[in-house]
Amino acid sequence: MPPVDTSATVAPIVDIRALRKSYGSNEVLKGIDLQIAPGEVIAIIGKSGSGKSTLLRCINGLEEFQSGALTVDSKPLLHRDAAAMRALRQRVGMIFQGFNLFPHLTVGKNIMLAPSLVKAKDAQAGEAHARALLARVGLTEKFDAYADQLSGGQQQRVAIARALAMEPAVLLCDEITSALDPELVGEVLRVVEGLAQDGMTLLMVTHEMSFARRVSNRVIFMHQGRVHEMGTPAEIFGTPQTPELQQFLSSLHD
Amino acid sequence: MVDFSLWDIVRNLLLALRWTVGLSLIAFIGGGLVGLLLLMLRLSKLPGAGVFVSAYVQLFQGVPLLVQLFLAYYGLGLFGINTSPWVAAGMGLTFYASAFLTEIWRGCVASIPRGQWEASQSLALNFAEQLRYVILPQAFKIAVAPTVGFLVQVIKGTALASVIGFMELTKVGKTIANATYSPFLVFSCVAVLYFVLCYPVSLYAKSLERKLHAPR
Amino acid sequence: MRIQLDFGAVLAEWPLLLTGIGWTLALTAAAVLVGTALGIACAWVRARGFGAELAPRWLQVVVGGYVELIRNTPFIVQLFFIFFGLPAAGFKLSAETASFIAMVINLGAYATEIIRAGLEATPKGQIEAAVSLALTRLQTFTRVVLPPALQKIWPSLVSQIVIVMLGSSVCGQISTQELSYAADLIQSNNFRSFEAFIVVGVLYLLLSFAVRHLLNWAGATFLFGRR
Repeated sequence: MPPVDTSATVAPIVDIRALRKSYGSNEVLKGIDLQIAPGEVIAIIGKSGSGKSTLLRCINGLEEFQSGALTVDSKPLLHRDAAAMRALRQRVGMIFQGFNLFPHLTVGKNIMLAPSLVKAKDAQAGEAHARALLARVGLTEKFDAYADQLSGGQQQRVAIARALAMEPAVLLCDEITSALDPELVGEVLRVVEGLAQDGMTLLMVTHEMSFARRVSNRVIFMHQGRVHEMGTPAEIFGTPQTPELQQFLSSLHD
Repeated sequence: MVDFSLWDIVRNLLLALRWTVGLSLIAFIGGGLVGLLLLMLRLSKLPGAGVFVSAYVQLFQGVPLLVQLFLAYYGLGLFGINTSPWVAAGMGLTFYASAFLTEIWRGCVASIPRGQWEASQSLALNFAEQLRYVILPQAFKIAVAPTVGFLVQVIKGTALASVIGFMELTKVGKTIANATYSPFLVFSCVAVLYFVLCYPVSLYAKSLERKLHAPR
Repeated sequence: MRIQLDFGAVLAEWPLLLTGIGWTLALTAAAVLVGTALGIACAWVRARGFGAELAPRWLQVVVGGYVELIRNTPFIVQLFFIFFGLPAAGFKLSAETASFIAMVINLGAYATEIIRAGLEATPKGQIEAAVSLALTRLQTFTRVVLPPALQKIWPSLVSQIVIVMLGSSVCGQISTQELSYAADLIQSNNFRSFEAFIVVGVLYLLLSFAVRHLLNWAGATFLFGRR
């Protein structure tokens, strides 16, 4: 992966400081500090329950955090401010494990809906844009199909196109291949790799270790609500420092 | 005692059937409108709205329809409003229907998977847009079958309006049964007429339900 | 115009109200016991997938006809038919008996559909396991199929029982001394119609609440709790 400029002169596109989140009395994020540079591809790995998805969902406001600061594109995250949250979600897109395509709309309409409502894109421009995005994910011919006529891999690629339609600066990927049959994983990963090469800032929670190793600039290992280890793929996968990471990596090869 | 032929009986019952149908439609449509308002109120997330609608539903579902009709009848009289059976029965059945319909529809909205809310939220749609373009279209499809099914309940409910003097099928039936001293025959005819009215609607609701769950 | 509400006059007639509550609960309890049994039997006849092949075709038609007839006609008409209509055919009934029979027949039809849904949701593997263990058909039905089915549909059944209890208010129309009849009696004495029905309405609300919670608890404790 080509190196990304993470020097201090470039403002981080996502800036997380001392983030804490609890569900009731259960603290799931115990103080996260993370700065993500524009164009960076970051893979987040860890056991289930380590807080990976929760962290991701905090960044686009699906989860509220109790203390700390989260800034996207130099704008702080303000949960109470509906306009600010709307602006945030135009900058930050999300792809879900369960795809969450809108079943009552065609593929094309799925992609066109948000731009037409939020960015007031007119129908013609919206359709052209949607077709272009579908071509980019390799599904040009599916413009008028419905979600239940597509395979899982195809649905996820549509979900990616839908998120890209809002032209976000950051894309959050929450275990986007975990619900797919193994033979369908590749087509989705190929699309994501293409996005990475085109310079999209990506934050991926993933179990696809070889993919993470190949595509990401940085890998973060989370353990019990904290960033336990962080480094380049070579460092994390090749020379894990802490016993927890070593144990995690060895458990993957059973 | 007047001699009634079978045709006389049936003819009078059929005439009374009009009022049954009329009252059913008024209650169903009126109840639907009020129910929709209540649904919007509940979804609006205004403080206290949820509690109010919940209490409203519990109230109308926990008191017999008969008592509700009596309350409408006597209550309207107290406030000096003209208590014609039409007004009392219409209002009583409308509020009764609104509570059940809003609860059915609430269930339909609640059954929309959370992922739909999250995906539309992540695409920067605001609450109104989420409802209008993503949630309600899906909820509507699910709601058609049980809503049609409830129409049967409303039709059966109109039979109780007879008790506050509304001249519908049951009341006319009772009157004719008394006049002809043939309750067995008359009430059989009444039952058949209700069946002829309700059964097709039940079948339609069932077929809608099947279509909803059929694989495409 | 000032509205004067006098609840005291209504509450003073509490013996009548108590009698009404007693009759309402008694009728409901009796109807629930017999009606549920009837519902289980009819559900077995109608359920597709197991045992139903045993029921003769004519029985399936009769039960089907019964269920659809009851579910598509008003309860008050069923009651009038039983109380006014049957004597003309030779069966003379007291108001209470007619009310009981009408409620049993009514609950039975609805219970049939509710329980049938529970029976049809039985995973096929359960029956295959029971058969492999050499259980008879009846044993399979009563010990393997019915308990989980009942547990699954219990909330729906409880709701239907509450509906039947509220429906018993109609029985006052043939002078059965249940709660709505008490209201009618009270208001004919003191002309406090609105107050009488408000009080009775509140009592029905409390009864619905109590019966629902009681039945939910009973189901969990006696039928399918973990011992």
